[in-house]
Amino acid sequence: MTQEKKSSFFPSHRLILLLTLALFWWINSNYSNPLLLSLGAASIMLVLYIAQKMDVIDHESHPISLSVNMATYLLWLSKEVVLSNISVVKHIWLGNSSISPTLATIDTRQCTDINKVIYANSITLTPGTVAIDLIDDQLTVHALHKDDIDTLKTGDMDRRVRELEN
Amino acid sequence: MNLVIEIISGLSLLIGCFLCLSGGVGMLRFPDFYTRMHAVSVTDTLGACLVLFGLMLQSPNGLVLIKLILILLCTLFINPSASHALAKAALRNGLLPLEGKPDNQGGNKPSKL
Repeated sequence: MTQEKKSSFFPSHRLILLLTLALFWWINSNYSNPLLLSLGAASIMLVLYIAQKMDVIDHESHPISLSVNMATYLLWLSKEVVLSNISVVKHIWLGNSSISPTLATIDTRQCTDINKVIYANSITLTPGTVAIDLIDDQLTVHALHKDDIDTLKTGDMDRRVRELEN
Repeated sequence: MNLVIEIISGLSLLIGCFLCLSGGVGMLRFPDFYTRMHAVSVTDTLGACLVLFGLMLQSPNGLVLIKLILILLCTLFINPSASHALAKAALRNGLLPLEGKPDNQGGNKPSKL
């Protein structure tokens, strides 16, 4: 992976994109007569051509190297999502007096761009917190309750996202 | 076994519907734009997940299952991007969020603080 990245990572990424698109087309259509299959192949080729023209096929659009620790992180993230869902629903039914909206800036220690994206998207996916802006290492977060900001500031999620890169 | 799956599916659908309803109520009740967005994210995440999970249990084999999983994945990827774009657009255009304790009245009144 690291050797290919320098010289010519395009063929493998192109191949993965081709296979993904073909699988996606077949799942969504489930046709097997020759006419529709050839039309599907033609549309996949068109998409590949456009992606090539737009120069968007690179290691960022196909983060295959991330998939090692991803499963544990996803499990942990879904647990967090469920817990914060319960808390937000509680605030909804308790009414406006139970919330204290906060806008705060949080430091991240993520190195790569893709980890920053994963971190910000995880924050937004968790109900009660929305990542609004990301400038360098400063993340602007709006939270429904001040406790959510304090939980984020302890850096537990930050550490877990950092462990994804290797 | 079949009965158990039916019961789990029904429960998931019921809880999912309750969460979606809660999201709607929260959107009407909360005081300003940003807090309303938090209420909607309940509907987006666990509400959609549970409804789709209940539907998956209703048709446990075949292509329908894969399509439902695809819908779930797309929802989980698209929703954070959409709420982030909304929040960023609102902040860039000068809509400041309420800070601290809002007053109890709700509606679009500006904060007294």
